[in-house]
Amino acid sequence: MLEIEIDGRKTEVADGSTVMDAAHQLGIFIPHFCYHKKLSIAANCRMCLVQVEKAPKPLPACATPVTNGMKVMTHSELAVHAQKGVMEFLLINHPLDCPICDQGGECQLQDLAVGYGQSAARYEEEKRVVVNKNLGPLIATDMTRCIHCTRCVRFTQEIAGLMELGQAFRGEHAEIMPFIEKTVDSELSGNVIDLCPVGALTSKPFRFAARTWELSRRKSVSPHDGLGANLIVQVKHDRVLRVLPLENEDVNECWLSDKDRFSYEALNSDARLTRPMLKQCGEWREVDWQTALEFIGSDLKRVVREHGVASVGALASPHATLEELHLLQKFVRGAGSENVDCRLRQTDFSLDGKGVTPWLGMPVAEIPTLDRVLVVGSFLRKDHPLLAQRLRQAAKKSTRVSLLHVADDDQLINLHAKSIVAPSALAAELAGIVKAVAEAKGAAVDAALAGVQPSAAAKAIAESLVSGEKGAIFLGNFAQQHAQAATLHALAQKLAELTGARFGYLGEAANSVGGYVAHAVPNASGLNAVRMLAESCRAYFVLHAEPELDCANPQQALAALKAADLVVALTPFKTRAVDYAHVILPIAPFTETSGTFINTEGRVQSFNAVVKPLGETRPAWKVLRVLGNLLGLPGFEQESSEAVRAEVLGGKPASVAERLNNQADGVALNLAAPAPALQRIADVPIHFADPLARRAPSLQKTRDAAPPAARMNAATLAKLGLAAGAQVKVSLGGTAILAAQLDAGVPDGCVRVAAGHELTSGLGPMQGELTVERA
Amino acid sequence: MGALGFILNAEEGERSWRLAEYVKRGGYGALKKIIAENIPADQIVGELKKSSLRGRGGAGFPTGLKWSFMPRQFPGAKYVVCNSDEGEPGTFKDRDILRWNPHMVIEGMIIAGYAMGCARGYNYIHGEIWEIYKRFEEALEEARAAKLLGNNILGSDFSFELQAHHGYGAYICGEETALLESIEGKKGQPRFKPPFPASFGLYGKPTTINNTETFASVPYIINEGGDRFLELGKPNNGGTKLFSVSGHVNRPGNFEVPMGTPFKDLIEMAGGVRGGRKLKAVIPGGSSAPVLPAEIIMECTLDYDSIAKAGSMLGSGAVIVMDETTCMVNALLRLDYFYYEESCGQCTPCREGTGWLWRVVKRIEHGEGRPEDLDLLNSITDNIMGRTICALGDAASMPVKSFIKHFRPEFEYHIEHKRCLVPPDVQRAGSGFFKVA
Amino acid sequence: MLSQDAFRKIDREIAKYPAEQKQSAVMAALAIAQMEQGWLSTETLEEVACYLGMPPVAVYEVASFYNMYDLAPVGKYKITVCTNLPCALSGGVHAADYLKQKLGVGFNETTADGKFTLKEGECMGACGDAPVLLVNNVRMCSFMQPARIDALLGECE
Repeated sequence: MLEIEIDGRKTEVADGSTVMDAAHQLGIFIPHFCYHKKLSIAANCRMCLVQVEKAPKPLPACATPVTNGMKVMTHSELAVHAQKGVMEFLLINHPLDCPICDQGGECQLQDLAVGYGQSAARYEEEKRVVVNKNLGPLIATDMTRCIHCTRCVRFTQEIAGLMELGQAFRGEHAEIMPFIEKTVDSELSGNVIDLCPVGALTSKPFRFAARTWELSRRKSVSPHDGLGANLIVQVKHDRVLRVLPLENEDVNECWLSDKDRFSYEALNSDARLTRPMLKQCGEWREVDWQTALEFIGSDLKRVVREHGVASVGALASPHATLEELHLLQKFVRGAGSENVDCRLRQTDFSLDGKGVTPWLGMPVAEIPTLDRVLVVGSFLRKDHPLLAQRLRQAAKKSTRVSLLHVADDDQLINLHAKSIVAPSALAAELAGIVKAVAEAKGAAVDAALAGVQPSAAAKAIAESLVSGEKGAIFLGNFAQQHAQAATLHALAQKLAELTGARFGYLGEAANSVGGYVAHAVPNASGLNAVRMLAESCRAYFVLHAEPELDCANPQQALAALKAADLVVALTPFKTRAVDYAHVILPIAPFTETSGTFINTEGRVQSFNAVVKPLGETRPAWKVLRVLGNLLGLPGFEQESSEAVRAEVLGGKPASVAERLNNQADGVALNLAAPAPALQRIADVPIHFADPLARRAPSLQKTRDAAPPAARMNAATLAKLGLAAGAQVKVSLGGTAILAAQLDAGVPDGCVRVAAGHELTSGLGPMQGELTVERA
Repeated sequence: MGALGFILNAEEGERSWRLAEYVKRGGYGALKKIIAENIPADQIVGELKKSSLRGRGGAGFPTGLKWSFMPRQFPGAKYVVCNSDEGEPGTFKDRDILRWNPHMVIEGMIIAGYAMGCARGYNYIHGEIWEIYKRFEEALEEARAAKLLGNNILGSDFSFELQAHHGYGAYICGEETALLESIEGKKGQPRFKPPFPASFGLYGKPTTINNTETFASVPYIINEGGDRFLELGKPNNGGTKLFSVSGHVNRPGNFEVPMGTPFKDLIEMAGGVRGGRKLKAVIPGGSSAPVLPAEIIMECTLDYDSIAKAGSMLGSGAVIVMDETTCMVNALLRLDYFYYEESCGQCTPCREGTGWLWRVVKRIEHGEGRPEDLDLLNSITDNIMGRTICALGDAASMPVKSFIKHFRPEFEYHIEHKRCLVPPDVQRAGSGFFKVA
Repeated sequence: MLSQDAFRKIDREIAKYPAEQKQSAVMAALAIAQMEQGWLSTETLEEVACYLGMPPVAVYEVASFYNMYDLAPVGKYKITVCTNLPCALSGGVHAADYLKQKLGVGFNETTADGKFTLKEGECMGACGDAPVLLVNNVRMCSFMQPARIDALLGECE
């Protein structure tokens, strides 16, 4: 520990601390621009110059290491003179166009200029003008305002993992820019807007939408991936106009993924459904709530009468709230059916009944403390942008991160080892790792592994796991959706057991854990999502989901829904439900209802509505309560969403921890997967993973939202006699016409065809044998 | 060319940069002695300390002390780097050293590697002297072929690899940490110090960086002893030193003279002031050093201490001579443009301040100056100096401050009369450039 | 596309540095590419970036920082004249003026026949030889009084 005195106040700081760290500890503010606690030290803005006893010159607080007994003055004449001098330099070429700048009101330069600027300018020469850059659909630029702090550059290098911005040229000609004509395509790009201390980088969708002081700030939780990033939703006139991160070091730190940040655009889009719709005599018409609900009540009774209550099923999105999922399952079970599920892309349910509530298996915040990590079956960066970011930072230090997956996408993580195999070989490859570890540890393995020969990559991964002390094995979305999901689970569990590592799931959606906690999964007597659609229920309730995009087999889902007698779609949007539903009810998206998401680490995060429901929209929990009452079911008297939550959690959010469990016993290993000649790899692209993201206009203009293609490696292209760019007909259950695309990261004999997209919704299962021919 | 010395130590016509010629002149004798006698590293550093050799790149830091900062027991790579990125206006000595005596630099670097336990070195050569860079590469090939470089040098267990890295037009790379960044394949933007290169240098490893002339001085010190080297100069200012004389003299060039030589002797060696005109001012240590008026510099001797006492710096030993045909405003404008163009753009005071200085001086030169401009210029330099990551901010400020300090009436004349005190045709004649018919 | 010969030269440069420090060769690689291609096009920058495993913008930072790289096409002969103070005292500015007049172009301009581009340079470290100019980055010409400038231009075909 080192002793330091700043402005007469003493404190002790850890060795290696800077003067800035010590000032933070004392709560003393030192003006700065380039310094950011999550980025490397640049010391380029010089705004944080302070006086240090015995130093002849003022020193930058951000870069000056504390020495024992150091005395620092942040407000002495020398320090203030230096700070004011720097401020003058920063302002001479700044346009001072605050009245038309979106940053106005939340601009560090503006704020500090009030304290450190002069009232009159001494600079009377011509000011610099810098040409703006097109960074893509999310980030607007006014580069003349740039003060060259390079926070954005360092962010792309250090946090996003790929340097997409640089400072080109030199001296006064220096400009922050992407490579010639390139845009910033990172899934974390929007964070540079927050980082920019001036108005050089601002939000394109928010441009000129409001002055920042007109906005009210309300807390919320991101409804997208399993992390549940904390949000500040900014509202004016009951419209969401902007989303910013709410800093929470244990969850999202100070970051958001672009999906978290920009999906709000869908909330205000024309795609919103604002009145209940009823199909009568083949015609859709807008009706009032009462008419719609009464119709449902009577028609549901008819279906139950004619086909039995077991013919009623409910499919819920794992992006629905805990309260919604609870009341949905309660409604279905109250009616006498067990058919309810929120695991829409899952195909292997053989773990059901084994008491598993899959979760991360550890707190998110402890990821940096791991020394070994193996991720199995995950499009990591696009499925879990901020968890990937945590692993990226960990891998830069001493954590060895390995990946076993089916596509060699650049995760922008310094991977220690990786193995990329076809989906049919995934379980066998994981078995190879288990076997290699068992051999190294001299442990016995399941007889099913007797014939397994670990590959070189499997051995390398095994070696890394064996040599660690604090490891973790994580199953990603692809592993969860895999036809051998239970086998992958059992193998990963075994691997964790052998190496003493943690074992967990990277939760697919905001409420994947909440779905289990709310019991929105079937008991043994009920049908899971796949069976509900394969065995054709007569009545379906669809909550927040778009089965034609969100289910493991869209084609089958659509056919089943079309054949049903009653389909009730509860959705905030005008979806393809018009093709199959009989009633469509406009329900509130996350900003218009209170609710709870339980994130992948089991963190219970409740939030309030931030705006009034749009038009006739109603929170789904209220709709389900009315439906319960309409059918005369008991237990639908809740006055508030808090009451619903209390019912699920027993008033004790902490009790969730007791329900989380990744341990499953007695799982039969199924290593013999059929290896078809040509197998599909289906990813769910980041901006097509849920209904909200799909309808966010600016996200849909990003490169991540490029239409799906039939991606394969050169050998597969050659074998099929195809050239990249050719239009091809892909058949698997149904067909899709796509462009063939060269992707060296796809294993031999595989074709990567994304799911979750209109273009591929005509296809059948996300896995299995497909054929590709010239269209 | 210059006078005789141990660095530029052969008659002009006989000079050869080739290995064989260098060996004939006794070259690689120091290295052979070290290997043959198994001289301990500490002893080599001790000789350097005794010699009072001070860094020839401009800062004048004692070389022996610098070498002793290198962590001896550090496991892993350590580097020796030579700074031949000579771009300080007025300085052109390293070019001549590498042109005529590349092996002396190579030998000095090998000895440095031996003394500091480094297995690799780089010589960073100014991009504009491409032919010199190519020659140095050839010299390295010669040394490798003669087993003076590479594994098990001269049959010993000491191995050292040396490579040349060229610049490509950026003055700032003469700053040692910018130079390291440049070798790493980045923009040459200086690093904040601490940490210093001795603990965090090239690729984050301990590194010692010396100037070309500094390394070239090492073999002599080993051969002749530190005391003998010190005796060549004067106390605290050991050895001979190369002075590059440019500007208004009859015979510009490099002159190797003992430290402490009177300044007026140097002017004589350079053939006197051009055309026998009257000396007006001298920048004694490269463009970043404060200018001194004739009457002050003529009383100085050429060593770090004397020039410092007079209010300037010996710097790299680049003597820019200006006679009475010089317009001091125009001269300053040229320097200000240089610093404005060469600022790396990293930190605020230099990026914004150098352009401001240049624009104000430009206004004065073009007859648009205002009486308050001189105070403004001084104030801007006050806000740059000591506030930047590297010394370029100070380098850009010192000429401004000193030009105004010593030649204020000339600046005031310019502002008041909107023209030069020295008419343009006189300036032109002073340059000695004549258009042939 | 860079030639095999260019890549061979770049490989030699890469070999100068520790194996994990390929980026160190970027300055040399860009110089080699420019000598072959005449200037550094977007494609060339990307090719170098790809070969060295660098983000393209990092290569662009380097190419735009060092002023001997040309990010736009130049004439067959690029003449860079030093006009810095020591050179100016010995006619550097006048030499530049003389070249401007003879070629009929200003700084950063190329003659209509595409033969000459004139550039203003900063200190080349040869102040004793003033006026000094550099041809195509590799050939330094000293003591460039008018007669020698005339001779140089005559040599350039």
